[in-house]
Amino acid sequence: MVNDFSIDTGLVRKILTAFIHSEITRAGFSRAVLNLSGGIDSAVSFALAAEALGPQNVLALRLPYKTSSADSLEHARLLIDHFGCPSMTIPITGMVDPLIEREPSMSDMRKGNIMARARMIVAYDQSEAFKGLVIGTGNKTEILLGYTTLYGDSACALNPLGDLYKTQVRQLARALTIPEIILAKPPSADLWAGQTDEGELGFTYAEVDKLLYYLVDQRYRPEECVAAGFEEKFVRIVVERIRKNQFKRILPPIAKLSNRTVGYDFLYLRDWGT
Amino acid sequence: MKLKLALAQINTKLGDVQANLEKHLALARQAAQDGMDLLVFPELSLTGYVLQDLVPSVSCRPDADDPVFSQLLEASRNIDLMVGLVDEDARHLFYIASAYLSQGQIVHVHHNVYLPTYGLFDEGRFFAPGNSVRAFDTRFGCFGMLICEDFWHASPPYLLWLDGADVLLFQSASPGRGLNGEPKLESSAWVEHTNRAYAGLFTTFVAHANRSGFEDGLNFWGGATVYDPDGNLVIQGPYFEEALITTEIDLNQLHRTRARMPLLRDERPELVQRELERILHGK
Repeated sequence: MVNDFSIDTGLVRKILTAFIHSEITRAGFSRAVLNLSGGIDSAVSFALAAEALGPQNVLALRLPYKTSSADSLEHARLLIDHFGCPSMTIPITGMVDPLIEREPSMSDMRKGNIMARARMIVAYDQSEAFKGLVIGTGNKTEILLGYTTLYGDSACALNPLGDLYKTQVRQLARALTIPEIILAKPPSADLWAGQTDEGELGFTYAEVDKLLYYLVDQRYRPEECVAAGFEEKFVRIVVERIRKNQFKRILPPIAKLSNRTVGYDFLYLRDWGT
Repeated sequence: MKLKLALAQINTKLGDVQANLEKHLALARQAAQDGMDLLVFPELSLTGYVLQDLVPSVSCRPDADDPVFSQLLEASRNIDLMVGLVDEDARHLFYIASAYLSQGQIVHVHHNVYLPTYGLFDEGRFFAPGNSVRAFDTRFGCFGMLICEDFWHASPPYLLWLDGADVLLFQSASPGRGLNGEPKLESSAWVEHTNRAYAGLFTTFVAHANRSGFEDGLNFWGGATVYDPDGNLVIQGPYFEEALITTEIDLNQLHRTRARMPLLRDERPELVQRELERILHGK
């Protein structure tokens, strides 16, 4: 099976901008708020939201920590200027350092999670102030791998990118005229100096997207992926990551006691009545 | 004979029958004013699609005593209508249904026979399956109605063809899915492919009204189509947008096509019946 993940960017753009417009307006809103990290995913969500709602209706937030790279801030500024949206820059250092300083030996993982959740707090606060819904930026690769902070960067009101692999987000970014400097840099959560997604994950997006496509979209069994040429250890690691991170993809389970329980037999779409 | 046919690829309000009814009545007025003979709405056009636990609260009875249908029947005095509803029968079973209304009468009701309950679909959890596939007479000739998954199976269109239907009216709420680099979703491409095939294989007209809009993350792709008995595309609505598309079909084309291509004359349903008996019962 050959799949180069090519997408018709015109088709995807039409569906995703219509999705953003529909799901925001039927909820009674006309505006959106978005954390702009300077990376490619938030750039694409941002461009789609600006196209769907009009640039004046999308508030771009730049939320640097003291160790964030200066490039990230600058690349977010490029996007804000490029699309002409309102923006705010709110450093999170003063929010997170009092917590981090309580434990000098705190791991990078914990610090990163605190930063991601601090940014969520700011986004949801600005959501109320700006009267706009928070647009998510998580792609299908990171959702499947669980490469995200629960109630941090994964928190949003709607997510236009969650069914596109990273490789496909990159294609869409080109069509949306995201500046080349953002496309060219290695993907990073920018939670500590020198962090890159691919370094932390231990494999490249190009490799894992292909495997995920076989496992998830094409329903290959793991052993069939190995027979198709993927390294057995790589397949095992990815399969286990998908399974272990299911908790990040669902609402917390409710212990069923009554005859009708939210999540099991109280079933309505969010768009109920609209 | 000519048939002025309108297809309404509308968006719906999920669970708000009154709002959807008003949209039906407004479009019926507009299409009647435009001189249309028949207006076809998509699947579950009165209710919205992913109803889940809303099913029991949005059901209607397609008869003159029902407050929703009394208004639609009144509108049908000016234009024939095919609408989508949740039909609750006397024993309180709920069906995904299509109703054909004409000149103040309910002409025919079809219950969705095949309920997709796989992948993103969960219809079998909430609905009872229909149990018949029947063609019916209208003032324009013999028609047949099918809903969504009914025409992903080859047998319901085949049965309608043998039962006399010369115009197949399909309605759906088809969630768009399948990216492959082409400027058309795989779901759209597949439905167009099969509907065109039915038109050519059965030398019939095939009209399809599919809804537009979103429900949560599901997009509905619109793209209503009419194919003629030669399998040619007569008209197509835009993808992903609400639209009322109109065309005039020449029912005399059935005469011309079947004179050239006598597939109906040469079809051997007795052979099919005999072989089905053997396959099903070992006879």
